[in-house]
Amino acid sequence: MRKFLIQKTFGLIERTGRLFLGLIYDAGFIVLLFFQTVFYSKNAFGKWREIAKQMYVAGVKSFMVCSIVALFTGMILALQAGIEFAAYQQEAMVGNLVIATMTREMGPFTAAMVLTASVGSAMAAELGTMKVSEEIDALEMMAISPVKFLVMPRVIALSIIMPVVSVYTVALGTLGGAIVANNQLLVSYDLYYLHVLESLQFKATYVGLLKAYVFGIMISCVSCAQGLKAKNGAIGVGQATRSSVIISFLLVLIVGYFITSLFYGKAL
Amino acid sequence: MIKLRNISKAFNGLTVLDDVSISIEKGETFVIIGQSGTGKTVTLRHIAGLIDPDEGEVLVDGMQMNDAPLRVKNRLREKMGIVFQSGALINWMTVEENVALPLVEHRKYPREKIAEIVERNLKILQLTEARDKMPGDISGGMKKRAGLARVLVGNPDIILYDEPTAGLDPVMSRVIDELIRQMQREFGVTSVVVTHDMRSAYYVADRIAMLYRGEIIICDTPENVRNSENRIVRQFINGELHGPIEMV
Repeated sequence: MRKFLIQKTFGLIERTGRLFLGLIYDAGFIVLLFFQTVFYSKNAFGKWREIAKQMYVAGVKSFMVCSIVALFTGMILALQAGIEFAAYQQEAMVGNLVIATMTREMGPFTAAMVLTASVGSAMAAELGTMKVSEEIDALEMMAISPVKFLVMPRVIALSIIMPVVSVYTVALGTLGGAIVANNQLLVSYDLYYLHVLESLQFKATYVGLLKAYVFGIMISCVSCAQGLKAKNGAIGVGQATRSSVIISFLLVLIVGYFITSLFYGKAL
Repeated sequence: MIKLRNISKAFNGLTVLDDVSISIEKGETFVIIGQSGTGKTVTLRHIAGLIDPDEGEVLVDGMQMNDAPLRVKNRLREKMGIVFQSGALINWMTVEENVALPLVEHRKYPREKIAEIVERNLKILQLTEARDKMPGDISGGMKKRAGLARVLVGNPDIILYDEPTAGLDPVMSRVIDELIRQMQREFGVTSVVVTHDMRSAYYVADRIAMLYRGEIIICDTPENVRNSENRIVRQFINGELHGPIEMV
């Protein structure tokens, strides 16, 4: 019995250690990939075609999903806030709340969630498939860096397109809020947008854009790293895709909090 | 030209290569045969520097490939090419773009010169009509030929072939075999071929080595391998059902 308990304890310690080392290795790989991407960014002009293609994939192809998510995010925000404001006859203030929330948090966050699910997962799957079908090895054998050829264009494309999608999300979310404010809270469009403009702050806008930019780099680096580490055929590609989405979601939340804290922490 | 000294490699505790030593001369065509899972491709990947051994060293042109910095590996890889079993074509590029890829990426020649080299190699491998097709739209054999064309455009001194004739019809297999010999005759290319195809092995090889349970059990001329008294070798080359070979 005692021997059994000792074995179990050591087994648990070993598994925990292995998990911890795995996490450190994963984090190191992502950071290394980021620095390699920065290094190869000097070749970005030569890869403009691939960057444009990736921007098209990330922006245009996620357009519909992003539109729906953004519109309903704004509508939900307006509805929930409107219910509370109505108790104090302050329905018109809903515009202030929607624009403040969308620019500071929900715009970049919603864009990041949509692009993680639609673009990041596709990146991980694509690179994972290339890894297991020896295409990455073939590139290495041709002395072509997979980071320069595959990762750098994707990271640059997503870092450019993410702020654009974020701005679009804010605009559409605000429109969603306006529809609810007008139809359910009986606030005119003029009054709603007057309050929106009143609360649209420069700081909130650039912090939101900064977040979107950081999220873009983060999601693409994480997704590419997971894809490049894929092994064991189709199962490995599936695992890479899943972990790219989970890690990206977690990082978006954690890093999003720290950026907010950095810029708004002193306001408390 | 290529030396493997006391190479050992294990994956997840399972020994794949056990103290393997091979020496391949410049201009030689060296064929590695053996059952599936005996480490033939792993040996090839060691030579290419795609994996590093647990023990031993890999020397290419006198320079150490294993554990070398990427800069050194890339310099050595410029002299070699590998034809992967699946072709390993980039799936969003046409056959022509795939073949031109190493030249375009390294900007070795002007555009017209690249087009000329690509055209020549597509013609040699009878791929002219498939030039605008995507890898997903061509057969496995064509993918393999396109992979070979991509290697040939780089004029390598060493070519590594992973099952070059698997999945090809007999005529195309013969074309590939002939090409391997032609590369040796005309350009002095050193080739390492991993294959199960004994007909192909006898045709192209200067020497044949057989891997069994991670060890080299014979390394000799095709004639001597064909006449070997080793029961394992005999069973394998004759494809006999009964014998000492344990199925894995």
